[in-house]
Amino acid sequence: MALPITACGYSWTHADRDEPAVGPLDLQIAAGERVLLLGASGAGKSTFLHAVAGVLPEESGEPAGELLVGGEAPDPRRGSTGLVLQDPDSQVIFSRIGDDVAFGMENLGLPAEVVEARIPSSLRALGLDLPPEHPSAALSGGQKQRLALAGIHAMAPDVIVLDEPTANIDPASATEVRDAVLTVQAETTATMLVVEHRVELWIDHVDQVIVLGRDGIVAQGPPGQLFTDPELTDTLIDCGIWMPQDSPAPRRGGLSAPPPPRSAAHQVGPLSGSPIEGGRSGRLGEVLLRTDQLSAARPRMRTPAASDLSLSLRSGQALGLVGANGAGKSTTALTLAGLLPEFSGQVLAEAALREGAKRTRPFAWPSKQLAARIGMVFQEPAHQFLTSSVAAELELGPRLAGWSAAEAQARVAELLGGLGLTRLAHAHPQSLSGGEKRRLSVAAMLAPRPRVLIVDEPTFGQDALTWAGLVEMFRDALDYGSAVVAVSHDHSFLEAIGADLLELGDRSSAERVADCQPDDRVSAGDRSE
Amino acid sequence: MPKTTTPKTTSARAFTSAPKSKQWRVVDYVTTAVLGIAVGLVFWVLALSWKVLELAFQAFPPSIGLIAGLWVLAGPLAAAIIRKPGAALLCELIAAIVEAVLGSHFGATVLLSGLLQGLGAELVFAAFGYRRFTLWVTAASGMLAAAFMAVSENIMYNAEWQFGFQAIYAVCAIVSGLVISGIGAWFAYRAIAATGALSSFASGRLR
Amino acid sequence: MTVSVPVIAVSESLDQRTRPSPEVSVQDPGQLIPVVRSTAVARCNPLTKIGVALILMFGTLLSIDLVSAGVVLLASLLALPATGLDLAAAARRLWFLPAGALLAAWGTALLAEKTGDVVVEFGPLLFTTGSLSAAAAIFVRALALAIPLIVLASTIDPRDLADALVQHLRLPEVVVVSVLAASRLLGLLVSEWQVLSMARRARGVAGGSLVRRTNSLFSGVFVLLVVSIRRATTLAMAMEGRSFGRPGRTWRRRSTFGFRDLVVVVSAVSVCVFAIGAAHLFGVWNPIIG
Repeated sequence: MALPITACGYSWTHADRDEPAVGPLDLQIAAGERVLLLGASGAGKSTFLHAVAGVLPEESGEPAGELLVGGEAPDPRRGSTGLVLQDPDSQVIFSRIGDDVAFGMENLGLPAEVVEARIPSSLRALGLDLPPEHPSAALSGGQKQRLALAGIHAMAPDVIVLDEPTANIDPASATEVRDAVLTVQAETTATMLVVEHRVELWIDHVDQVIVLGRDGIVAQGPPGQLFTDPELTDTLIDCGIWMPQDSPAPRRGGLSAPPPPRSAAHQVGPLSGSPIEGGRSGRLGEVLLRTDQLSAARPRMRTPAASDLSLSLRSGQALGLVGANGAGKSTTALTLAGLLPEFSGQVLAEAALREGAKRTRPFAWPSKQLAARIGMVFQEPAHQFLTSSVAAELELGPRLAGWSAAEAQARVAELLGGLGLTRLAHAHPQSLSGGEKRRLSVAAMLAPRPRVLIVDEPTFGQDALTWAGLVEMFRDALDYGSAVVAVSHDHSFLEAIGADLLELGDRSSAERVADCQPDDRVSAGDRSE
Repeated sequence: MPKTTTPKTTSARAFTSAPKSKQWRVVDYVTTAVLGIAVGLVFWVLALSWKVLELAFQAFPPSIGLIAGLWVLAGPLAAAIIRKPGAALLCELIAAIVEAVLGSHFGATVLLSGLLQGLGAELVFAAFGYRRFTLWVTAASGMLAAAFMAVSENIMYNAEWQFGFQAIYAVCAIVSGLVISGIGAWFAYRAIAATGALSSFASGRLR
Repeated sequence: MTVSVPVIAVSESLDQRTRPSPEVSVQDPGQLIPVVRSTAVARCNPLTKIGVALILMFGTLLSIDLVSAGVVLLASLLALPATGLDLAAAARRLWFLPAGALLAAWGTALLAEKTGDVVVEFGPLLFTTGSLSAAAAIFVRALALAIPLIVLASTIDPRDLADALVQHLRLPEVVVVSVLAASRLLGLLVSEWQVLSMARRARGVAGGSLVRRTNSLFSGVFVLLVVSIRRATTLAMAMEGRSFGRPGRTWRRRSTFGFRDLVVVVSAVSVCVFAIGAAHLFGVWNPIIG
């Protein structure tokens, strides 16, 4: 039984703020309707979803107005809503998939026999043909999301609420997760509310699109109507929404108005045939980094994750490491970055990169020398912040590299301006939004102008504005003569920075299980030995 | 919002106030547990990397008390962040379990230690009716937890030491408990609050 | 966003040999010691296993003497194969215990009452037969305290433990399930710690003087705390989103006790009684209180 959702002057204000985080909102969603919720970063999309699911922590803020799900105030304990969040790792509850699926049903107080019977059928419905004893830690990101959906499927909710369910997983798995969501929706006929930047994934499968702004609803309507309306195009682009490929407006007339910051130079979306393509070869300089028969592995692994790579990386060159999950892309990137020892073969820094460093292997360099020469941007930006302000974060690299105070200050000011973070210069890096954190983490690594920059999935889950900002930063680095190595599933990003592609080996899945690939995160280090 | 009218003395800043209710929420339980696990893990990592340091203290073993105060960090830290009755006790106990299970040569006795240390930290906040969460209350909590630790360690492990050494150990431990796990825990909590990670808690108020 | 890093382990020696900046390496604790065979002991109720660990603890804790601790340690080592654990993995995990126990023994040798004959006198160092035998007792006792718990804990499935705690001990469900769900994050935090170590090296702050290393270590600890609190908040939200906290929760599995539980408990009690009796018999019983 699907339930309608109605909001009447609803807003929610965080205890620390004067401005509401969301709303005031007036909206009506009919029972069984499928709704895509869009909006700029900071418009309160997630807050609204959490409010509908009834999981906004009491004590952290104050609601106002009225929000009703099926005529009642939202309360997750009724069991009428199912919630899926963005981070696959943070929402696995138990260590065995059967227990995880059973969790919601047990909470609802269903008898043990019903729970037992529904576990296999829900797993199967979501395409997880695995025994209930299978460890949840051994699932991939996409599988974890489908596991969360299986738990909700088993609860048979009336409303399904999804907070960027595909943002943290690769594009191929994203489609599977999307289909899994649609399966659950079809079987339960529940009302569905989904937040997602990637419009294309959902546009053909929703009845209504709602665009949130900072002061409430900006636009609302069926997708066909909304994305063909030229009046709305600029608004949608300003919100960082990934416009669907076939929407006519944004590519052409859309940009007669002042374009959004930093997306001016190049259009959002795939950039085939960009000027980079032709100019690239002219830009290539001397060889910086070379590998000879390199095999890369995590510490203590008996078999390499990727093997026999021989490549040379030139100044101004962009190299995209692509390949299936578990092909050893991240491990290779960490090895190139001098953070993991080579399994076999060598990573060699040429004279242009060494610049006074005695050793030829980046792995043998002390930390300080390494940071000035090779930058590494990790998948999770929060992991590499070390200071308590945005400005200090940007200044750290140049200072360690021995720049003068004036040079460092100038560099920080330049980067802050480029990032559009000048007003947040004194904010804590960990308190920034996801997109801001991502841009800051890249800028902090670029600050000391390393000759080589290595990045791991920089564009995962980013909205179109952040995406465009990132592309610009990498192009700047390339123009400056740095080399960029990017591990990415995002082919339009790789195209946008004019990357040469290197596909890492496609090995049999049996072999992959045996030496427990990083992406599978099997906790079986000892068992494999 | 009733709290906006409170006088603007340092002790009545929004970030020192108690939560609206003493009732535990799910997020309180989960966060207390995760904090305990994280602190237990950190202890274990420190214990591994400080082997050399510990050897230095072995020249005069009672001086190890000077860093022993660190081991009661979990209680005061959890109380300052979660602010619910029992948070210090639960968190310290979980940290102790994690440490025991990861492998420490104290074995199952760390559960006893954890219980006692958590109780020490808890009693101070209880004495203030779980209404005052300030630097000095947290500092006192670290101190009492360390005192409980010192006495129990003297009985359980240092029983063979001469009394004078036991007393020196206890004084060192209490001082380090006050400084590291009391004052240190408070500033660690304030630094965590500045990142916005505590927005679901009363302790996360920034103003 | 997630880090795609396996739960991996870096052995200390390898780490120090090949890394230019010997950052702290972490052996994976999330993995404990793998169970390779299903034995009667491994199939026991988790409460039985905890009970056994506590019984053995009291057999060791009450007195500081070589005999009672030695009996418990010997019995624990002999029973190791019955737990079905991978013994090679167990040895890899437990190697550092003697090192820790040795430190404790050193302290005792130095500080215990100097009774008996002088064995070593070197500057401020004074070891006597009395202080050395106390130290030996402390050494064996530390091992006897540690090994049973680590070994038994490795055979416990957290979910079984939760079932038992709620169904037999009537502990509050919300607390037990919350703590259980949080415990799953341990392995995740370990792999995050490894990423944090690499990230500090990439930022240029690893290595250098002791002060710099300590600073860098604590900045890593700080990030770990922030990241884990954020994860906890998300996990709590995901749990509440699936109706967690609603009264009337059911449990799909029943936690049971069997004959084997009785046998295991009785054996543990016998070991204790034997240990304490033997200590009295040899006249070495040395209680810690009184």
